[in-house]
Amino acid sequence: MAGTSRLSLLFAHLVLIAGAAVMMLPLYVAFVASTYAGTDFLSGRVGLVPGPHLVENYRLALTTGSSTAGIPPVGPMLWNSLVVAVVIAAGKISISILSAFAICYFRFPLRVPAFWLIFMTLMLPVEVRILPTFEVAARLDLLNSYAGLTVPLIASATATFLFRQVFMTIPDELTEAALIDGAGPLRFFWSILLPLSRTNIAALFVILFLYGWNQYLWPLLVTTDASYFTVVMGIRRLVGAATEADPVWHLVMATAILALVPPVLVIAALQRLFVRGLTETEK
Amino acid sequence: MQAKRVTFPGKITPYLLLLPQVAVTLVFFVWPAGEALVSSLFAQDAFGLGSTFVGLANFAALLRDPAYLEAVGVSFLFAFCVTALAMGLGLLFAAAADALGKAAGLYQVLLVWPYAVAPAVAGVLWLFMFDPSVGMVARALRTMGISWNHVLDGGQALTLVILAAAWKQVSYNFLFFYAGLHAIPQGALEAAALDGAGPFQRFRHIVFPLLAPTTFFLLVVNLTYAFFDTFGIIHATTGGGPGRATTILVYKVFRDGFEGLDLGGSSAQSVVLLVIVVALTALQFRHIERKVSY
Repeated sequence: MAGTSRLSLLFAHLVLIAGAAVMMLPLYVAFVASTYAGTDFLSGRVGLVPGPHLVENYRLALTTGSSTAGIPPVGPMLWNSLVVAVVIAAGKISISILSAFAICYFRFPLRVPAFWLIFMTLMLPVEVRILPTFEVAARLDLLNSYAGLTVPLIASATATFLFRQVFMTIPDELTEAALIDGAGPLRFFWSILLPLSRTNIAALFVILFLYGWNQYLWPLLVTTDASYFTVVMGIRRLVGAATEADPVWHLVMATAILALVPPVLVIAALQRLFVRGLTETEK
Repeated sequence: MQAKRVTFPGKITPYLLLLPQVAVTLVFFVWPAGEALVSSLFAQDAFGLGSTFVGLANFAALLRDPAYLEAVGVSFLFAFCVTALAMGLGLLFAAAADALGKAAGLYQVLLVWPYAVAPAVAGVLWLFMFDPSVGMVARALRTMGISWNHVLDGGQALTLVILAAAWKQVSYNFLFFYAGLHAIPQGALEAAALDGAGPFQRFRHIVFPLLAPTTFFLLVVNLTYAFFDTFGIIHATTGGGPGRATTILVYKVFRDGFEGLDLGGSSAQSVVLLVIVVALTALQFRHIERKVSY
């Protein structure tokens, strides 16, 4: 910015250091807590530096959980979360890119109504239509299944809009050339549109992966069978356990860390794509 | 809503391409929303066997229900605090990062990562820090003479969920404010500086107006987040309590529907929320229209 003095630069650094510290604090506290033994909490031995039980706690959390506190092992839950997140992200992208293709590159009588129908999904977050959606899923026999965890969340107006915007910037000359060369719509889609939207797809995948991984309410409703629990919804069960007699905060915090590390790594590793995806989907 | 100038011929192909998305939308969005709408107009009898048409009586009952009105109040207070806190901090960090230029890179990673944390997990992290018996912050507060127990104290419980919800949302606001500040032409700021405008005046007369569209957009997004995406935070930490101190509207829909089994009342609440979403989406789209027009 114009006229920044050394003093204001120092001030900016201080603001950001303080900000970063506040943002990191919960993570650090959780990590430290996950390296102590359960009994250390009440005796006040949990301090500001990590303790000696790191490997032991994480192995316990991943493989066995705590049967006395009713905590299922985190390993299988992580796998479920991964499946759910990937299926939701890939599914949303697939059906949205197809419908955006139809809406942009064809003229047909129901084009505008179809667009509005898709647009409506933007206005119906799952929290709002929660009970009837659950009943529909139950009637279709989708409870306790991967299909039930993913398919109801797979429609996406935002992704459709994004692809529509991308397609509108692609020159018509390409379409004309394809038509002259006798390429059908599917050939055009596969050989031209898809490669041209590659970066958008990648950016969108990052955002949708986070969306899928972080689902909470829906998995909570459609699963009663522990073998379909996702790690984010599993956390609720832990909190109940943590405040009971047996102190299991170390396992709760280990689970919380395991639940947040995959999406955080995705953001950190693909920061550029993430920022791009975020700003594009919200336009 | 225009199509491309050059389009493909084909009568059936577009419908086949649309089929997956339209099918999912109809089955999991339109059908349930329709049912919510219909059952908001009916009252179930005590045994859940039959239902009678009651018109808008469910809505009237909502407006007379002190618990519902309290949830409305809690929701607005919650949304206001979360939005103010998250946007204020986001703008502060973005302004500082913008002043640093390229040196802001590392900070960006440290500030942005909470966006990836699930609301429920964010809630649990904060719950632990504030746990009355073992939490670090709760203990620190006690040494300062503040007795912290959000399990008993409604105001403290609300503070806890506000902090957790705002913490998660700062990242988002930071990114958008940072991009917004970045887009402000340096020339305008330099010209103002040459004319003798101090940092405050430059912010007031140049930065702030140019940032207004971003601010408005973020305001809508933050309100939507606070109203609808914070369910996990509440459910995983306070469970709406103590009493009804942290029962926001989305939480009440869930609790009345799944635990209270009050179908008509819960549906009427869903419809009210639906109206709020429609209003917020409409606001958001006004912003997009303006952005697209250039």
